[in-house]
Amino acid sequence: MKRLWRRISEPIIELCIRLSGIVVVIFVFLIFLFLLRYSLSLFRHSPLGRFLFGHQWLPISDPPQFGVIPLLLGSVLVTFWAVVICVPLGVGSAMFIAEVAPKAIKNVLKSFVEILAAIPSVVLGFLGIIWLGPVLRDTFHLSTGMCGLTGSLLLAFMALPTIISISEDALTGVPRSYREAAFGLGATRWQTLWRVILPSASPGIVAAVMLGIGRVVGETMVVLMVTGNAPVIPTSILQPLRTLTATIAGEMGETVGGSEHYYALFAVGLVLFVITFIINLIADLFLRRARK
Amino acid sequence: MFAGCGENIDPNEPQGFIQAKGSDTMVNAIQMVSEEFMKEYPHIFIAVTGGGSGVGIASLINKTCDVATASREMKPKEIEIANQHGVHPREIVVAFDGVAVIVNKNNPVDKLTLEDLHNIFTGKATNWKQFGGKNLHIVTLSREVSSGTHMYFKEEVIQLGKKDSKEEFSKETLLLTSSQAIVEEVAGNEEAIGYLGMGYLSDRTKALRIAKSGEAYPPTIENVLQKTYPLSRGLYAYTDGEPEGVVKRFIDFTLSPAGQRQFIETGFVPARTSPVEAGAQSHTGGMIAR
Repeated sequence: MKRLWRRISEPIIELCIRLSGIVVVIFVFLIFLFLLRYSLSLFRHSPLGRFLFGHQWLPISDPPQFGVIPLLLGSVLVTFWAVVICVPLGVGSAMFIAEVAPKAIKNVLKSFVEILAAIPSVVLGFLGIIWLGPVLRDTFHLSTGMCGLTGSLLLAFMALPTIISISEDALTGVPRSYREAAFGLGATRWQTLWRVILPSASPGIVAAVMLGIGRVVGETMVVLMVTGNAPVIPTSILQPLRTLTATIAGEMGETVGGSEHYYALFAVGLVLFVITFIINLIADLFLRRARK
Repeated sequence: MFAGCGENIDPNEPQGFIQAKGSDTMVNAIQMVSEEFMKEYPHIFIAVTGGGSGVGIASLINKTCDVATASREMKPKEIEIANQHGVHPREIVVAFDGVAVIVNKNNPVDKLTLEDLHNIFTGKATNWKQFGGKNLHIVTLSREVSSGTHMYFKEEVIQLGKKDSKEEFSKETLLLTSSQAIVEEVAGNEEAIGYLGMGYLSDRTKALRIAKSGEAYPPTIENVLQKTYPLSRGLYAYTDGEPEGVVKRFIDFTLSPAGQRQFIETGFVPARTSPVEAGAQSHTGGMIAR
């Protein structure tokens, strides 16, 4: 009886698991189609070239200008600096937690990293407005603290938990025998960490970094609150700029379904989707290599 | 049908749910009006949300709110789109407002002409020295494009009232998501200049006197009522067709003395004045003029 039950139940469970996997893929595909369909409606009104290469974003002017370049460069610049700040910090912390720290400190640090991930982005944005912005303004003698760097710093802070936990997993995953071999050859602790463990964990670390970047590119609330949202083509991280995500969040409420502006925001969403898709794809390729 | 509440509601008592959405300038005033209203009609619930006048108008057209609040008039194009969606907006003036221009308290400049504002916000003038201030760069702050105040300011200051003008806000202008964010930035930044509804004036920032041609006037209730303050405007509520049922009750209450008092208390100018209100007005007016 029991055996019979198992013979029936196992294929059912397997089917359910397989179905849920397929459903997720279908959803992603449907979202992509949905974005594509609405974006294409924009290109019926204004040509694709004007959207992709236009350098002005003036959605409520007459006639409106939907040039994605200032927004795209805003996102790229903020993300670049966030990565420059958070990658060394994140990988460094992961190395400390995984290899150097005594067990007691390790546990405390790990739980703090988890708490860091739990801070809502709107709270960070608020801190950015009332504290970080003014501090940066006074430090760099800027006209205003609402600039790209404020956004980059807060985003770096938000990407840290992702980078630290995944890199730490990668470092801990390096086989014990590597360490023993290195020590056996007379390597110091630092040499072992830097020359043996880090290179063998590198695919996992690259994946961690890519996932961190994905998080930074897609983050909305913080950049909407602190970067000033001026739709200029940014030349420096110390000036106000406008990102793709902040544009969608700031403007979506006022668009009427079916208007040109409405479709333009979907097109911005498509650009964002393509960027995060590529980043996640790269992360996935590296993770796969790490598993081999 | 709703017997599950376990409470016996008098069937004659009005009950329902109203969604009021739109202007951030008006959101505090409308919130206070609806709190007073709900004291009187405990079985009518009102949800008040901001987001900007554009958000309210878009939701009225998308049929996701009952009352759209707006700090600007609906544009002919918007009315046309509304009609296409089967929505027929009905405009009600609920109060008046002056768009105040604020600077940091340490900024020695205390009056500007509309022409000056135009030059500052279009990026033609970039130093406070040109207006008798310190040798500092000017940081212009604006609301997001969904804001009715943004739209109003664009028409009156950027385009100086000319419909065919192609002038735009300077690209360097910061677009902030709320009036409160503008207050925070101006309060902490000596180089900043921003604009917002009178309801957001406080002693943390300094409101400039504005001149159209000739004398400059501060944004006070008297100056808005007499239209001597150049940036005076109406605050509106829009409904789909004539308001009826609970929505009509809410609009009537908003225009009643009890409703209008909430606008005075949040720093706006009432649309309907009675002798009693006139006394309260000059009182608040005096406070803002300070």
